[in-house]
Amino acid sequence: MYRYDEFDRTLVEERVEQFREQVARRLSGEITEEEFRALRLMNGLYLQLHAYMLRVAVPYGTLSSRQMRKLAHIARRYDRGYGHFTTRQNIQFNWPRLEDTPDILSELAEVEMHAIQTSGNCIRNVTADHFAGAAADEIEDPRVIAEVIRQWSTLHPEFSFLPRKFKIAVTGAENDRAAIKVHDIGLQVCRDARGHVGFKVIVGGGLGRTPVIGKTIRAFLPRRYLLSYLEAIMRVYNEEGRRDNIYKARIKILVNALGAETFAEKVEAEWRELKALEIDLPDEELKRIEAYFAPPRFERLPASDTGFEAQRFENRAFARWVRNNVDAHKVQGYAIVTVSLKPEGGVPGDATADQIEAVADLAERYSLDEVRVSHEQNLVLPHVRQRDLYEVWQRLIGAGLASANAGLVSDIIACPGLDYCNLANARSIPVAQRISRRFADIERQHEIGDFKIKISGCINACGHHHVGNIGILGVDKKGEEFYQITLGGSADGNAALGRIVGPAFSYDTVVDAVETIVDTYVGLRQGREAFNDTLARVGFEPFKEKLYAAH
Amino acid sequence: MSAQVVTANRLGDGRVVYLGPADAWVERLEAAEVAAGKDPAAALLTRAETPAQGTRVVGPYLMDVIVEGGRPRAASTREIIRALGPSVRTDLGYQAEPQT
Repeated sequence: MYRYDEFDRTLVEERVEQFREQVARRLSGEITEEEFRALRLMNGLYLQLHAYMLRVAVPYGTLSSRQMRKLAHIARRYDRGYGHFTTRQNIQFNWPRLEDTPDILSELAEVEMHAIQTSGNCIRNVTADHFAGAAADEIEDPRVIAEVIRQWSTLHPEFSFLPRKFKIAVTGAENDRAAIKVHDIGLQVCRDARGHVGFKVIVGGGLGRTPVIGKTIRAFLPRRYLLSYLEAIMRVYNEEGRRDNIYKARIKILVNALGAETFAEKVEAEWRELKALEIDLPDEELKRIEAYFAPPRFERLPASDTGFEAQRFENRAFARWVRNNVDAHKVQGYAIVTVSLKPEGGVPGDATADQIEAVADLAERYSLDEVRVSHEQNLVLPHVRQRDLYEVWQRLIGAGLASANAGLVSDIIACPGLDYCNLANARSIPVAQRISRRFADIERQHEIGDFKIKISGCINACGHHHVGNIGILGVDKKGEEFYQITLGGSADGNAALGRIVGPAFSYDTVVDAVETIVDTYVGLRQGREAFNDTLARVGFEPFKEKLYAAH
Repeated sequence: MSAQVVTANRLGDGRVVYLGPADAWVERLEAAEVAAGKDPAAALLTRAETPAQGTRVVGPYLMDVIVEGGRPRAASTREIIRALGPSVRTDLGYQAEPQT
């Protein structure tokens, strides 16, 4: 894992003290809320419906057990005993007091964490494949480059006041687990014909009120030119992106307005000039950062552990959990464990302080001290020996974290919605809870197979509803909560935006509608055909007929 | 005639509060001062927007209420949730606090 050097440490500590002074000035009345608002947002502090909310950055979703324990401590001491893991691999605390925030940030700084760039019109916390460094299909660990981008973008003076917020995601594998096509910039590690490592560069993706799948503007960018190329993209956006209309200010609007080809030409022209200035990272600096992500000391283990195989054979519940929540590791004898934060009837992404600590303990003992946060609001133990899986599973049961539903119909992404968020029009979480209860039968979930339901409480789409197989968008109709349903979305390598199936459903009927869609799919699919493939084959009509038959 | 109260978040902890009698901020909606009609509501909001109030609360605004038995209750889902706390965590929102 990356460790702060003296520059990182000084920067974060100074920032905490600067914010402490700003908070004191606000509390004393020396500065107004209007003056203070931008300052608190630059430190991740929002004001939500009930209280302040502190969004803490988890760079590329990687945490150590020490950091997890600190998060648990903050949840207990300064909050109400829990935290919420988000679709941007961050964690949010829902109840901090303004006067406590400098102390919270100071405690975070002790474990090399902060809340910088979790708000505002800057380059936000960089996200990455949550299986980074462990995935069997990985070309290269994307966290190296994510860390390079983090250092480059942190408080970058030229890109601190962009037209709008800016999100970058990186994946190191062909299989996109980081939703790179719906980010402002998506980077995919790839190789050219000669085997050199570089990036496919995708620009202008995004969700929100104008969902767009990103366009590839460069099929292969040599690795050494990453920063100059990113800087070129940012410059074109900073100069030509709209600032007159907040809803037209994201880079996707600019790329669409210019056309991807013209946008790419402008970037290439800018890049030619920047490249000559030699602003790219020197090889030795890249190697220095790379060293932090050197693979941990894996043991030499047999490809298959006989004890593990026997337990899987003997215990059906364990076998089910392995089938869904355990993925192949690049090192034989190891496995990747997804810790579901979607228990039946639970709040997607929420974890209590005790659960956060339990995962910290498991990471320390069984996963070479690493935890990941996934954009699907789950946690990951990336390096577990096969022979330890049964014990890990049992300990997860003890912590209430052993739901065998990763990737299934109850593994729902949901934004905080109207239960917490100032921007929301409708609640998201109770809809997710009711769906997970409706599909509580785990055998039924396994029979349905992979299925993505994503719920947003407003058009800002923090719950990624556009890219769910079933997307649910909460809307307000004359003071009542209604839910618009889209079908056919996907956030993976075959990224697609869902289309609206028909009139919205009430809060009371939306779960029935979801079940109708799932049952219709199961009835129509051929073999184990995926939902989007069935939808492409049969069209929307069979679903509409079932959904609106009574209308 | 529409009835409204002024609500805001308390500066120090973000807690939802309402403007009560004598320009004090109260935690219970039932204790808020109710304005009936456009002009009284505007006057109520003005009292909440003074520089002095800016050191106590953040973002005061008018919200619609329904008055029953002389007591206001929130008219919209949003304000009901603000008054009580998250509907999904009834164990820890304001609704979990002991009633006085």
